[in-house]
Amino acid sequence: MTNSWTDIKNADVVWIMGGNAAEAHPCGFKWVTEAKAERGAKLMVVDPRFNRSAAMADHYAPIRAGSDIAFLSGVVNYLLSNDKIHKEYVRNYTNAAFVVQEGYGFDEGLFTGYNESKRTYDRSTWDYEFSADGFAVRDMTLEHPRCVYQLMKKHFERYTPELVERVSGTPKDKFLKVAEWVASTANGERAMTIMYALGWTQHSHGAQNIRTAAMIQLLCGNIGIPGGGVNALRGHSNVQGITDVGTLTAAIPGYLALPAESEPTLESHLGKRTFKPLLPNQTSYWQNYRKFYVSFLKSYFGAKATPENEFGYQWMPKLDTPYDALRMFDVMHQGKTTGLLCQGFNPLMSIAYSGKTVAALSKLKFLVSMDPIETDTARFWENHGEYNNVDTAKIQTEVFMLPVTTFAEEDGSFTNSSRCIQWKWQAADAYFEARKDIEILSDLFTRIRKLYEKDGGKGKDPLLAVDWSYKDPMHPSADELLKELNGKALVDLKDADGKVVRAAGQQLASFGEMRDDGSTDGSMWIYTGVYGPTGNLAQRRENTDPSGLGVFPTWGFAWPANRRIQYNRASADPQGKPWSDKKKYMYWDGQRWTGPDVPDYVPTIPPERATGPFIMNQEGVSRLWVRGLMADGPFPAHYESFESPLAANPIFPKIRGNPVARVFNNDMEIFGSAKDFPIVATTYRLVEHFHYWTKSVHANAVIQPEFFVEISEELAKEKGIKPGQLVRVWSNRGQVKGKAVVTKRMIPLKVDGKIVHQVGLPLNFGFIGETKKASPINSLTPPVGDANSQTPEFKSFLVNIEPVPGPVA
Amino acid sequence: MTTAYDVERGDQVHPGNPVTVDRYTTGARINHWITATCLILLALSGLALFHPSLFFLTGLFGDGQNTRAIHPWIGVVLFFSFAGLFIRFWKANLWRREDGTWMARLHDVLTGNEEKLPEVGKYNAGQKVVFWSMSILIITLIVSGFVIWDQYFSEYSTIPQKRVAVLVHALAAVAIICVWIVHVYAAIWVRGTIGAMTRGKVTGGWAWRHHRKWLRELVGGKKA
Amino acid sequence: MFQPIANPTTKPVAPKFGDKDLIRRSASNITPAAQRQPEVAKLIDVSKCIGCKACQVACLEWNNLVEEVGINVGVYDNPHDLTPNTWTLMRYSEYQNPESGNLEWLIRKDGCMHCEDPGCLKACPAPGAIVQYSNGIVDFVHDNCIGCGYCVKGCPFNIPRISKVDNKAYKCSLCVDRVAVGQGPACQKACPTQAIVFGTKDEMKKWADFRIKDLKSRGFKNAGLYDPPGVSGTHVMYVLQHADKPQIYANLANNPSISPVVEIWKGVTKYAGLAAMGAFVAIGFLHHIIAGPNRVSAEDEKNAEKLTEGKA
Repeated sequence: MTNSWTDIKNADVVWIMGGNAAEAHPCGFKWVTEAKAERGAKLMVVDPRFNRSAAMADHYAPIRAGSDIAFLSGVVNYLLSNDKIHKEYVRNYTNAAFVVQEGYGFDEGLFTGYNESKRTYDRSTWDYEFSADGFAVRDMTLEHPRCVYQLMKKHFERYTPELVERVSGTPKDKFLKVAEWVASTANGERAMTIMYALGWTQHSHGAQNIRTAAMIQLLCGNIGIPGGGVNALRGHSNVQGITDVGTLTAAIPGYLALPAESEPTLESHLGKRTFKPLLPNQTSYWQNYRKFYVSFLKSYFGAKATPENEFGYQWMPKLDTPYDALRMFDVMHQGKTTGLLCQGFNPLMSIAYSGKTVAALSKLKFLVSMDPIETDTARFWENHGEYNNVDTAKIQTEVFMLPVTTFAEEDGSFTNSSRCIQWKWQAADAYFEARKDIEILSDLFTRIRKLYEKDGGKGKDPLLAVDWSYKDPMHPSADELLKELNGKALVDLKDADGKVVRAAGQQLASFGEMRDDGSTDGSMWIYTGVYGPTGNLAQRRENTDPSGLGVFPTWGFAWPANRRIQYNRASADPQGKPWSDKKKYMYWDGQRWTGPDVPDYVPTIPPERATGPFIMNQEGVSRLWVRGLMADGPFPAHYESFESPLAANPIFPKIRGNPVARVFNNDMEIFGSAKDFPIVATTYRLVEHFHYWTKSVHANAVIQPEFFVEISEELAKEKGIKPGQLVRVWSNRGQVKGKAVVTKRMIPLKVDGKIVHQVGLPLNFGFIGETKKASPINSLTPPVGDANSQTPEFKSFLVNIEPVPGPVA
Repeated sequence: MTTAYDVERGDQVHPGNPVTVDRYTTGARINHWITATCLILLALSGLALFHPSLFFLTGLFGDGQNTRAIHPWIGVVLFFSFAGLFIRFWKANLWRREDGTWMARLHDVLTGNEEKLPEVGKYNAGQKVVFWSMSILIITLIVSGFVIWDQYFSEYSTIPQKRVAVLVHALAAVAIICVWIVHVYAAIWVRGTIGAMTRGKVTGGWAWRHHRKWLRELVGGKKA
Repeated sequence: MFQPIANPTTKPVAPKFGDKDLIRRSASNITPAAQRQPEVAKLIDVSKCIGCKACQVACLEWNNLVEEVGINVGVYDNPHDLTPNTWTLMRYSEYQNPESGNLEWLIRKDGCMHCEDPGCLKACPAPGAIVQYSNGIVDFVHDNCIGCGYCVKGCPFNIPRISKVDNKAYKCSLCVDRVAVGQGPACQKACPTQAIVFGTKDEMKKWADFRIKDLKSRGFKNAGLYDPPGVSGTHVMYVLQHADKPQIYANLANNPSISPVVEIWKGVTKYAGLAAMGAFVAIGFLHHIIAGPNRVSAEDEKNAEKLTEGKA
């Protein structure tokens, strides 16, 4: 989230799309009801289903799954063509004024630089025009025909309300109401928050979905202000933390990059990333990348990391290609993987195309499941009739189940969607023989290291070099680990005058204290400050809110630097004054930046210096145009899902799906066509369950006991399906059976002249647990990955449906 | 042979001094006393749940839970038991011409002026009224009882139906207890009656006085 | 935001009310507490309810109830009805608003309404099995329950359920044990959106007014409070978007009151019945005194002998 959960109460318009906050984030949703009740905020929901959030909405607009970019681009066009944008914000705080170099073009759905055989773009034409001094060229009048603003107007003009209706199936009046409510916030007086989740992410064009939303918020001036933001609602209590700490496939902790094969030396790695400002007087915070990276390496390799050995850079693995989950299983499917360690991971249920997942797991020599519950994956070899129809005798994979403690049985921290790190204390003893994850991994590490010490072998050096100096190497404590993430001074740190500002051994108070000479460590710069010299701030529980704006500055610690709203410099105009009294947040008081939050800015830089508010960007401003930072285009464009009910893309007939989305070689043939599979399906979770965990919890099973399929009354009639009847749903990859929930909440849409039916498939069920047995929902879903994030397209694919004869429950 | 329309199996006159008349067979008497016991238990257990001031009666059955549980089962026993009585007695309880006259002279009945009453068969009109009232009320009670026997049958009726049933059950129960009071009182008041149900016999004089037509039939039957 | 109820201390707290605060006790004559505690109420704002069922789970957990895992029958309602273990249940209704043309998904939390004039208590024959505290909470005392099911018939909202296991009646207690120590009911505590709030009845009515104003501003011109006068008001109240049509909320009673059949049964029948039985006994007794026994005379016996003469 750019903002925080508690900040949502400051919104005047709440827009939920690509998510279902009431369903998946009921506790956070309280701030939506709060904004409605106390501020009179309007809530609008755009979704293929009239869902639980829609039940709370003032306005609901239906949409065909997978057509979000058309819809959002329609809003962009509405704002631009009606000039309903926050002009001053756009001019000064976005790259609207930047001039794009000649040579860029967009034609028939393709940007310049496309290589069809490689399915990639050469992105060199997607850059700014630079002046001789190396800075980007701008036209503050926004009139230059190649400035981003003018390119945008041209790029989005095709997305008329009529086109939105034709492509997305959203009735024009319902679309226009959304656009009008969005526009009502483009003025600095009112704010809109966008709440989304995996309904935007899990598409072959997922990253661009979110980007289009960000563009809308920038055009309205809704980034950096209270009640605004593009707010990703994270799906687990600590998935923000797990992303921060570096489980992204190409990242190390703190969103620093994992070295690539093309970066043989530390300097070659850092050189590519020590971004220089693109405008005068900008700070470009990434200039500090080197300090963060060296501190990280110092944490990893301790005293063994020295300037002479590039701080141990050579011990870091070098990535040839990102190993995301889809690729992991593709490699496994090719028989190239010996063993898999699943730590809190149930891939048989959660990876697209479970038929392939089972086949891949069957080729492993061993599988380790570290989990508090027995997962379906750990039992993948077991025949559960139609729900998991495997030939056990043919599977040779050895499975180890290592029971681990649950969150309540260990100390540690959660980082929530608001980026707020909150400590939690162990509340119960471990159950039976369960051990903490940290203990199991430490045990494993210690044993493997001993074997290497004794026998040597490939990959020996990094393992022997790792610094493992915990008080008890077998039981590193959560406290020690958070301290390590934070970082400390390794020698006395002195300022320019030679005064000691941080004594050796002291914890660092902020990442500003990190150094690139090996005198500090700290494996995750964004968390620095959470465990500073004053102790563990994640343990703070003071729920006072002096400003009344939902800041709660002394509750836990929000990264970075305990900042609750990111880019909050943008809450004031270029002169440093609040855009309006209603949205007063951070402002220049003549001496420094002040307000209820921690400024996302150098606190003493005066407005006159015109340093941009988006200090993490080289431009100093936000990007409506992303240059070459995204694989599939500097602007978004509507592409159909890989499985689409339409024969062609109604907007760009020559390009049907995202031209750079990733599909593995052998997977191309497993996509189905609308001829055999005319119905659009989308998957989602239910509020009664948490993923595939709570199907093992009795009370959750009681309140939602059995897999079901949501269908419209019209489709039920067409197919002869009675409410509560068992139905079979199948795609080109597999089938599931569930009870029919026939509902007015699903409606057929008219898309490009034809009626398109959609069905909803909740994902929380499986063949292990207390709920009634069900096949993995992902036996249906296609293994195509988003062009940027490689997230599978779970939210839009094709199926067919028929009633299963038999008595109706 | 004349049809002895209100003579039941086992009815027999034994001349002598005094004359004795067999009125009820052993089977009929056992049947009656089972029914009587059930009815008393039902009244006690039912009244316990009918009015708070009588809730203490649940103590006779252990506690409230037992009382609630056992009451309907006793009702079932009573129903079948009474069905036995009904099969035995229904024919003799068919309404006859003289019963109307008898009823019309209820005042004479109550004042003991039996000479003013018509001769009646095995049962007089009052007994017949008791018999038919019991029959109708027991059917009413068993039907309404099933509707409110929630332990086993709650799903077969709606709550509004149950409400009507529970009211009907209460009213029928009050009625049957009143009928029962009449029945018992009559047995006490008309001396010599109780022996009919204890030993199965009455004296000839009793039969002559109260059921002369029946006696004549019995005697006449012998004649034939 | 409605001011949340503060967490309790970890030290034991003396209950704020108990047997001395009863105003009604089933099948018993009691002197109602001289001074009423402030009436409490739970306010369920249907317009804020997302139907997450956290209240259902909280109720199961706080009250140590174990419900069976059922099946899906084509709706979101699970379990499908209240049971002896499910004291509260979300009921989902899809309502096509004829005026706005909009679909509305109305989600109502069903459970005991804690009537000011409780039909269950009126119907109950077991002394002390149902009690009403002066703050309005109607509670079942299971030690005294005999499982007759009369409360089911007395209730205008179809709430109590009789357990097949122990043959006792069960329903929401409004977490009387929590309220007694200054907490709100478990469902209220678990509700993420403040669709359930708890406080004094006066506070709840005031808060409801605030909510109704908001709903009216959003076009729900018949928004209102459900506090049915037919049962003298309830201690669980709803804020409804369409207070003129309670029945669209999964058949919420339009104008509930204790059924007249129950009133007759538990009113006049109870007294008239006893009187009738007493009268019959009395009449018999008097008759016996006045008329004396009806004896068989020696003459009768003679006549019988005469009739049977020679028949031996």
